[in-house]
Amino acid sequence: MTEVAWGVEAWAEVRASLDRCIKCTVCESACPVAAVTELFPGPKTVGPQAERFRTGDHSPDLSVDFCSGCGICSRVCPQEVRIAELNSRARAELKRERGAPLRDQLVARPGLLGRAGRPVAPLFNWAMANSLIRWAGEQTIGIHRKAPVPRSTTRTFSYWAGHHGGLKSARRVVYFHGCSTQWYEPHVGKKVTAILEHNGYQVVIPKQDCCGLPLQSNGLFPAARKAVTRLARQLAPDGTTGLPVISSSTSCGLMLKREAREILGADSPELRAVSQRTYDIFEFLLELHHRGELRTDFKPVPLTVAYHAPCQQQNQLIGKPALEILRLIPALRLVELDRSCCGIAGTYGVKREKYEIAMRVGAPLFADIQAEGPDLLACDSETCRWQISAATGATSVHPLEILHRAYGGS
Amino acid sequence: MTTLDTDVLVIGGGSTGAGVAWDSALRGLHVTLVDRQDFATGTSGRFHGLLHSGGRYAVKDPGSARECAAENRILRQVAADCIEDTGGLFVSTPEDDLEYADRFLAAARGAGMEVEEVPVGAALRDEPRLNPRIRRAFRVQDGSIDSWKMISALLRGAQAHGATVLPYHKVVKVIRQEDRVEGAVMEDQRTGEEVRVNAGCVVNAAGAWSGQVAELAGCEVGVRPGKGVMVAINHRLARAVLNRCHRPSDGDIIVPVRTVSVIGTTDHPVADPDDTECSPEEVHQMMEAGELLVPGFRESRALRVWSGSRPLLPRTQGSAGVGDREVSRSHTVLDHGARDGVEGLVTIAGGKFTTLRLMAEDTVDVVVRKLGRGAECRTRSEVLPGSESHHFYWIGNRQQEAEADPPDDPLICECELVSRHDLDTVVARRPNWRLDDIRRALRVGMGPCQGGFCAFRVAGMLHQDGRYGRAEANSALREFVQERWKGVKVISWGAQARQTRLDRWIFEGVYDLEHLPE
Repeated sequence: MTEVAWGVEAWAEVRASLDRCIKCTVCESACPVAAVTELFPGPKTVGPQAERFRTGDHSPDLSVDFCSGCGICSRVCPQEVRIAELNSRARAELKRERGAPLRDQLVARPGLLGRAGRPVAPLFNWAMANSLIRWAGEQTIGIHRKAPVPRSTTRTFSYWAGHHGGLKSARRVVYFHGCSTQWYEPHVGKKVTAILEHNGYQVVIPKQDCCGLPLQSNGLFPAARKAVTRLARQLAPDGTTGLPVISSSTSCGLMLKREAREILGADSPELRAVSQRTYDIFEFLLELHHRGELRTDFKPVPLTVAYHAPCQQQNQLIGKPALEILRLIPALRLVELDRSCCGIAGTYGVKREKYEIAMRVGAPLFADIQAEGPDLLACDSETCRWQISAATGATSVHPLEILHRAYGGS
Repeated sequence: MTTLDTDVLVIGGGSTGAGVAWDSALRGLHVTLVDRQDFATGTSGRFHGLLHSGGRYAVKDPGSARECAAENRILRQVAADCIEDTGGLFVSTPEDDLEYADRFLAAARGAGMEVEEVPVGAALRDEPRLNPRIRRAFRVQDGSIDSWKMISALLRGAQAHGATVLPYHKVVKVIRQEDRVEGAVMEDQRTGEEVRVNAGCVVNAAGAWSGQVAELAGCEVGVRPGKGVMVAINHRLARAVLNRCHRPSDGDIIVPVRTVSVIGTTDHPVADPDDTECSPEEVHQMMEAGELLVPGFRESRALRVWSGSRPLLPRTQGSAGVGDREVSRSHTVLDHGARDGVEGLVTIAGGKFTTLRLMAEDTVDVVVRKLGRGAECRTRSEVLPGSESHHFYWIGNRQQEAEADPPDDPLICECELVSRHDLDTVVARRPNWRLDDIRRALRVGMGPCQGGFCAFRVAGMLHQDGRYGRAEANSALREFVQERWKGVKVISWGAQARQTRLDRWIFEGVYDLEHLPE
């Protein structure tokens, strides 16, 4: 990671990657969106192919907006064309020219909704479950009435962290918890902290805001750049040298690792430093295990757990470390689901015009889960968990919740 | 043998000939235009696509610069659909003399060009890939022009005014009665049939080949073919035409034309204008030269290399030691009556694509004088077919159109976004299309895959539609693919080498191209 380009040069490299396309069409065969709708002509078509017709002055194509940004195309490309990154950039150009609807502005700012919902969490949760209100929401701002929305909580994760004494240790890590843990799923953050402390780490939890990923995936690049550079400053309070940064949100971790640089063309000394030191929680734990440092005092967990590796975790190119760790747990029956995408792709599947597409994308995964009928569904990404639960009725958890249970947690 | 009577027989279907046909037809003359191949297959179809602002000639050849500046303005008015308004930059790279830039600015203004110096920072913001070490930058009215579209529009316009156009009709004999040329005999290159055209006046617009045509009439034209090599790069590296601000030399222009960037060019005198071989050394020279304007240029994907022959006409033939770049790029109308005592024959020589309209006007003025009839020239204001809306062509047009295509109109050429409907429309225009003619009309096979995925589709569809018999489809496919491969042979490295390998697997491995049944 030390020899990579940053800023405008990073984007120039991504754009130049279109030259490597030999039109083999592997990406089009793997694209889960093109497979279910004619509205999206496919990643090659809107990516390296359409890019030759773009000059940056005026967008000639609208269909690129139907790319979900799952990133599977870039991962399967045998020529290393940065297809998803090209498409993400093209979507942003489109939004820059035509403006983003209020709906996109809203869903791109999870902190905004989180802050608004928290003081009135029961009311917010009731409203989100009320079909009349959801219908009105679809009609007015275009969030599909059946789209999964998280449940708000009255106590944020940072509130808990502020009152958590915690382990003091020479071995310290910074925890990048992300917006969903902060506003909707503080229990995930508590368990991450417990697991890391169980392994002898002091967990530093600085005040932190959104990484800008939802802004980026909604094409709002200037705001996204600002967000990710601010976050990098917050996560590196000691300057550019410092501690490993642990993420329990796969898409937000990927933002720091790669997308800020390759898609946003963002750059700052703190961002460079943080980017190099960011780990997915299971990536970090697996490294500990490889060094013989992971505590394996596991209690049996006699459950059947189906595991789905989300796209943005797969795009980190770290394999499936959660599976490798969970396999160490006695009595756990682990089923690896071999499907590509659940369809939600962050905020894609909540939009009125994309909800049905997202559901069709996820259909094979949902069918597998229903056929398996597991006790729990494990998935590292929050939006994917919400989508899968809404679609299948399965109880979904972050895989680290299983690990937490194996360590004796409740 | 078929016999046709016409006022003006134009020999050569490049930009000059097409311009002459359009000009003559507008003046009320009956025109017949012939070419030994398809139209725009010679120099006009083999240039970089630059619509000159005049900047390139400003310092050394102010006459040419003035002509370019004026003609550029006119073409923007009458042929907008064939032009992309890219704008152009002349930049002083670290290797260019800053004093030249001052001379350039003064000369450009003197030639009537619209030119303004822009801060280096602004130029770099507009063109992120431009060499950050440039020291001065001037914005000019360069553009890019699609030669096939332009020539097709000129010919369609001429035909709408009664002109007859005959592709694949090679002149085998110029009919000469004593000191007068009265027409010519052409052989249809596809059927072998001969056609005799009796003409009031014959215009030799064969460009670099005009010496060969003149010879058939017993005259001599001292045209000197100057070979220029060009390389097409897979995508646009810049929005505007990038020129080095220095004495014109090799590889100092990068033109964004259609989906590619074309770097050019060289200038080597050749004996035969059909000599279009390009060497690896010439390609290397271009790739290295591009580095000065766009750092990283040499790593770009080169799609194809080709060369064209300029029809240079030295004003003072035989002056030793004068290189071709010293030859004026302006044009000359040779009246063989006054010059050689052979009436009824006019040769138009020299010139360049940007000044094709002026060349035609000057030529037809002579023709009208000779014929004793014909109206005033109207090409300054008469808008060409397709350009009525005065909208410039824009690179995104095809992408926009492809988005709007109905789902039952699939793309057959994915690189250049050609749909089945586009193909059907073009092949309905005339019989006997060769695949290479369709390429010029639609750009099929000109993208990154160089025909790898579209060639067999087009051949198959034409066979399915009954336009090609089995043997014809097979040989058309073979001929087309081999022609495409000729242009990638010397650039087989990196991404294009991988593409070529995949294409070969498709054609040799899957289709067994070499052994398709006749």
